[in-house]
Amino acid sequence: MPPFLVIARLTIQEASRRRLLLALLILTLVVVGFSAWGFNKITTLTRSNGEPLPPDQIALLTSQLLIVITFMFSGVLALSAAVVAGPLISSEVESGLLLSILARPVRRSEIVIGKWLGLAALVALYAAFAGTLELGAVDWATGYLPPHPVELLAFVAAEGLVLLSVGLVLSTRLSGITAGVIALVSWLIAWIAGVVGDIGAGLENQALANVGVVSHLVLPSDGLWRGAIYAMEPDTLIAAMRALGTAGRANPFAATDPPPVEFLGWVVVWFALVLALSVWSFRSREI
Amino acid sequence: MAELAETTTAVASPHAAAGTPAVKTVELTKTFGRTVGLAGLTMTVPSGEVFGFLGPNGAGKTTAVKLLLGLLKPTSGQGWLLGRRLGDLGARRRIGYLPELFRYQAWLTAAEVLALHCQLAPLPRSSWKDEIRTVLETVGLSQRAGDRVGTFSKGMQQRLGLGAALLGEPDLVFLDEPTSALDPVGRHDVREIIRGLAARGTAVFLNSHLLSEVEQVCDRVAVVDHGRVIAQGTMDELLGGTAVRVRATGLAQADKNKLASFGRIDDEGDQLTFTSLDAERVPELVAMIVSLGGRVYEVAPRHQTLEDRFLQLLEDEER
Repeated sequence: MPPFLVIARLTIQEASRRRLLLALLILTLVVVGFSAWGFNKITTLTRSNGEPLPPDQIALLTSQLLIVITFMFSGVLALSAAVVAGPLISSEVESGLLLSILARPVRRSEIVIGKWLGLAALVALYAAFAGTLELGAVDWATGYLPPHPVELLAFVAAEGLVLLSVGLVLSTRLSGITAGVIALVSWLIAWIAGVVGDIGAGLENQALANVGVVSHLVLPSDGLWRGAIYAMEPDTLIAAMRALGTAGRANPFAATDPPPVEFLGWVVVWFALVLALSVWSFRSREI
Repeated sequence: MAELAETTTAVASPHAAAGTPAVKTVELTKTFGRTVGLAGLTMTVPSGEVFGFLGPNGAGKTTAVKLLLGLLKPTSGQGWLLGRRLGDLGARRRIGYLPELFRYQAWLTAAEVLALHCQLAPLPRSSWKDEIRTVLETVGLSQRAGDRVGTFSKGMQQRLGLGAALLGEPDLVFLDEPTSALDPVGRHDVREIIRGLAARGTAVFLNSHLLSEVEQVCDRVAVVDHGRVIAQGTMDELLGGTAVRVRATGLAQADKNKLASFGRIDDEGDQLTFTSLDAERVPELVAMIVSLGGRVYEVAPRHQTLEDRFLQLLEDEER
């Protein structure tokens, strides 16, 4: 097995042995259970005259509630990825854990890539598992399934990977706490900048709109979140928002268009650049 | 910042033809800003020898090991391990390393940590089982093979680290303060392990400030202080002189100061050790003490110990 896969396996093994996976599993089951119960209540709502809500209104309510829940889920996933990635390298340098490994015929790039791969696999698998479970629960409770579930999970996972990558690159130089906090704050700033960009688009103010564009390029987490929202919106809602013109765009929990292909291409390049920067930074670090 | 070298090209040492030394450095220097970590280290460790690298705390011993292993990048100078340039991945296949700051994956068992190192070394899969069993026996951890490292004492973790360094019968083993967490039995075991390595032809680079430990196992030593090597040679070359221990009463501090012409004195009250004094001068010394009003109870010339020599070297250096 090449060294980077050994390191990736070790990273997954650590998460498993330290009971991170077990804790996530239990928390996920609790949250999904509660949300299924809550979503099921929507189907029992009635109008003032005692008639049950029509199916399209239930679908609309469910889709909006699902967006809010997904926002929280993607946020928790992104923050967890940042917090776990922050100390990924720095803590092992500080504790001396990496000393005996680096004296083996292992390139530093293999350590960086191995750790990224291991954690990326965990983030992607967890997003797929927890997301599928939640969508399944919502489908069971209300009969509603978002129009593009696979894309939704891909966008949510990618957002987690962005924060993981930011945490990792910082971890090559900064202490775990510092790296985690910077990644976390960056994520929040990017989200706020995305909202500012939305307001700019709504008001047709180019300068404000550019803030959103630039923030999506520097840290694509918010851009990916918009992709996740779009994947959750029923066609009727999208049509209604488009009818509102630019004003329909000024909402951080709504998207009138899917992310442009150019943006998705940039995200791939962004991942490559950040990984390359991580490798360079760790290779030039003295231990 | 320049990247650390991670090459695989073999560049033979200039002395490869005359038997490749385990370690060779020429003017290897490392500075951290204004602080000198290591200043112009030039030395050779012949293959199969046990080399003691001595120095007080902060002298530059660990810096030297980290430079040799490619964990730090030299500011200037060059070096070779097993005939290959520092940073060469091929050389690292034949090296074992027990860091001063030893720490292993707490969530793995001892056997799993060793398996990880077998995999990274890399050793052929078929040999792992035997290798792991052998090193666990050597370091006395056979009974704890299946226990998590997190439950180990410091001393057991150091034993495990030593075991990891021994995997695959390396040609060169770096041991950085290998007994810092060990009890007297453990220290004895480590000396036996080092002797075993020497018998097998493995070169050992032993970083230590425990002089008796070094004295008992090393063929050759270098003494480093403030980042500079202040003496190096075989044990015989270094400990050529004699030391004289005198038990005398009735000497005031001023009287003792007058004895400075007999060389460095290790003053422990009534017990004075002249760390480097020719045996021929003993009668002259006794006469001087008596003339100063001292009463002599015992005079014992002996071979200089490494501690005598070490203290003498450091004092000379201070001057």
